[in-house]
Order: sequence, then structure tokens, then C-alpha cells
Amino acid sequence: MSDGQPDPADDTGREAAGDTGDATPTFEAARYPDGSITYPPHPVGPGGEAPVGTVDLRDYTAEVVTWTTSQASPPGVREPNHVAIVEFDVDGEPVRAVGQATTGDLEIGDEVEPVYSEELREPGAGIREPASQSWDGFRFRPTE
Amino acid sequence: MEDVAVIGASMTRFGQREGWIRDLLAEAGRECLDDAGVAGDAVEHLYVSNMASGEFEGQTGVPNALAHDLGALPAYTARIDQTSSSGGAGIYAAWQSVASGASDLTMLVGGEKMTHRTTAEATDVIASLTHPCEYKHGVTLPSFAGLTARLYLDAYDAPRESLGKVAVKNHRNGVDNPHAQFREEVDLETVLNSPVVADPLRLYDFCPITDGSAALAFCPRSDAEEYADEYVEVAGVAGATDTHVVHERADPTTMRGVVESSDRAYGMAGLSPDDVDVAELHDMFSILEFLQFEDLGFAEKGEGWRAVEAGRTDRDGELPVNTSGGLKSKGHPLGASGVAQAYEIYRQLVGDAGDRQVNADVGLACNVGGFGNCVTTTIFEGVEA
Repeated sequence: MSDGQPDPADDTGREAAGDTGDATPTFEAARYPDGSITYPPHPVGPGGEAPVGTVDLRDYTAEVVTWTTSQASPPGVREPNHVAIVEFDVDGEPVRAVGQATTGDLEIGDEVEPVYSEELREPGAGIREPASQSWDGFRFRPTE
Repeated sequence: MEDVAVIGASMTRFGQREGWIRDLLAEAGRECLDDAGVAGDAVEHLYVSNMASGEFEGQTGVPNALAHDLGALPAYTARIDQTSSSGGAGIYAAWQSVASGASDLTMLVGGEKMTHRTTAEATDVIASLTHPCEYKHGVTLPSFAGLTARLYLDAYDAPRESLGKVAVKNHRNGVDNPHAQFREEVDLETVLNSPVVADPLRLYDFCPITDGSAALAFCPRSDAEEYADEYVEVAGVAGATDTHVVHERADPTTMRGVVESSDRAYGMAGLSPDDVDVAELHDMFSILEFLQFEDLGFAEKGEGWRAVEAGRTDRDGELPVNTSGGLKSKGHPLGASGVAQAYEIYRQLVGDAGDRQVNADVGLACNVGGFGNCVTTTIFEGVEA
């Protein structure tokens, strides 16, 4: 589950779905002084400066850059696992993200929207310490 | 700064082995000492390239264990972990130790014990290098390979068959490598009809899970002739990193770590891609051979697939690539792979590669960690006393 309002400079992975008290957690990216935006947020951006704000990617659709369906999933991951790299256009600034897709029926260039999932992968089933990161987040679903 | 020579090399048989990490490291280490003609207690620095002995086996402290097993006490020891590029990073550390004058005889032993784990467990150990935003979605290294292969084929209008030909070529090379995990040829039809792993990639586009170890012995070039009539010089070596989060790279089909590290290695050696006679590339996935071939400057961007199609990278081609069989056929015991790449180049340059021998004076090894997250490129030149 999400971990409350995140520090955009937190690079632990707990930033992906910030909880603002709304029904759905935010899909938070960080904005930097040079105008660049990254998902996930980092302590410093591409220009070497700390973030100055956040962008909620829930408010945008994205385009599929590439995708795959993995048939050999590690412990705690659905199988098959559809995964896509997508690119959001945030007022002219490109922002990429990777994540599960709701379907393997995709093409490069398809338009997708983020949809929230409380648990993307079973915590504790894999090697990583369950408390070390969040396990909720956003999948990508083709728009109608 | 001292010029640095490699005066001995060894590798164990790769594959499913009964021994554990200590046994494998000691096997390669002893053979390397014999090959270089030196005693264990002559070793001043001992580096162990290993990604995850703790995670795979519950064994930590392997450098100290190996020093004891080789009779190398009281050598300085350190473990080099840079995931799949631990071997290349170990070469850098070993080179540094001799070039700086800190050591007059350094041994590097890389190894990994993996096959006692299931494929899913081993995949997860490797995937633990990913960013949390990747890991929680179940994104694995094979997933990145599928994502990148689809983009590459689409962007450069490359045929799917060209990826399959990488596997065919490297399996063909592996037949003549007595240390390789797989020593059987495969045909293109078998590759293209094998089970899908991360589409568009199939089983034969991926390297296996492997146990094994490899070792190298280094000394100042000025001392090399005390040990060997033929040896190789580390002409250039450099490492570089790329973003931890893979999707943040401007062009996912370009491995900046390969570009940066090879630029520096070429510069240090005073050589260019045209000078390279044989290369070992990190073909953990078939698509990686195309990306490295291009990013090392052997072909223009988007043209690497044509080299395989034209046979340029065959053993009798213009630039033989992965004469060892590559990770694809030889196997990929994570910490050993970069060292084993150098082992193959060493054997090629001293003219001791048996049925795999090609005509080469300059060889290059490119060892990749993560999905291009960390890279070491090393250029070797053969020297005859």
C-alpha cells in the first residue's frame, strides 16, 4: 500500500503512489528547476538539481513506447506479466514510466491511461524485504 | 603508471556443477596459478568477482576463504560486486592494483554458483538489482530484453530472424569450447520455434543459468617475461554507468555505458574499433550483441543486425564475435562471465584457442551489468617475448 505524502526527493521507491487522502493515490513524478520531469522522483534530476515540485501522472494519458509479455515470472508476480514502457506528454515535457499493462493486446504507439492497483506483486514472495518499498502502483490500460 | 600484463588464465567447465562457490573459485584459482607458474604465496592482491554468493548460497566472505584455499595468505583481498559486470570490474581493479604499483602480482577469480536455485528464484536474485519502481511490477532482466528487442526491430526495420542468427552463431562457436555449458549446434528454425520467454524473444535468445569460475593473473609488463614467453597487455580498460532506471534513457536501444567505457578504453589504448580483431560481447540476451556491436563502434546505429546477417561476426568473418560461444552457449555464471570473456581473448591472442583459433593481435571484451547499468570494456594486445 502507499506510504503517505512522499518526499519527492525520496529515491526508495515509496513515492510511486502517494496518498493524498483521495480515494486513489497519486502517480507522482518530480519536476526539476530546468523543467524536466522524472518518474520515479530522484534526489537530483537530469540537470543535477533537487526537485521543486510534483506532477500527478493520473491526469495524463501516455503512448506505448514498447511492450512485452513475460512468460517466466519471478516469485509473487502474475504470469504472464504484460509490461510496457510508456511516455506521457506533460504540457510538452516527455515523461517515461515502466509498469504492468492490463493486456498484452498492445501496439507501439497505442494510447494508455494509468489505473491503480493496490498490489502489483505479492510482498515477501521475492527476495526483497517487504518493508523496503511499496507494492501498489499504476498499470497501463488502453484508452477506449 | 606501470603497463600491465596478463600472464596466466584459466576457467572451469561451465554448466551444472556439484561444487559450491568456494570449490569453483579454488578450482579456477589453482589452475591459473599453474598456468602462470607462480605459487599462491606470491600473490599480493587477490580479487574475487562475485555478484551474489550470499543470496544464492548463504556464503559470504569468499575472498578470505579463497586466499586461504590457495595458500595466498597474507594477500590483500576484496570482493568486487558489480552484478553481471563484476568480472569486468574485477579486471579494472586488478589492472589498477598493478598499474599503481600497489601489487606486483595480482590474481582475479570470478565465480558464481546458481543452478541449485530454480529459474524463478535465480531470475529474482538478478532482478533485485532493479529500481523499486521496476521490481514491484515484476520487471526482470528478460523483460527488459523483450522490451528493447521489440523497439529495436521496429525502429530499425530488422527481421526477427537476425536475432535468432546470433543464437545460431554462438551455439556453433560453443561446440568447439570444451568449457562451454552447451556444445550443440541449433538451427534457426529451432530458435524461432522455441517457447516464448519475453516476446518477441524466445528461449534460445537467452543465456542459461550456470555454475562456473574463471581466473586471470596480472603483473607489471616489465616483469612479464619472467613468467611467460607469450602474454597479453591490458592496452585499455574503462568502466562507465548508465541510469539505474532503464526507461529514463533517452534512447533505450543505446547503451551509454558501452559507448562511454569503450571510448575511454580506445583512447587509453590509442586504438580504434577498426583495430579490433576479435571481440567477446555480453550476449546475455541476443539483442545485447546488436546493441554492443553498434555502441562499441563496429557498426552504425541500427546496422548491427546486418553484420550478423552478412556473416561479418562469424568465426571466419571480418570481426569474429563470441568465439567462445558467448554467454549464450558457454553459460553465464554472473561473477565469472567478464573474467571468462578475458580468458577467451587471452587464449586467442597467445594462439592457444584450439579449434576456435582466429588470427588476432588485438581483442576486446565488453562486460555488461544489469541492462547496461554498469559496463567495463577492456582491450588486450598480444605480446611475444
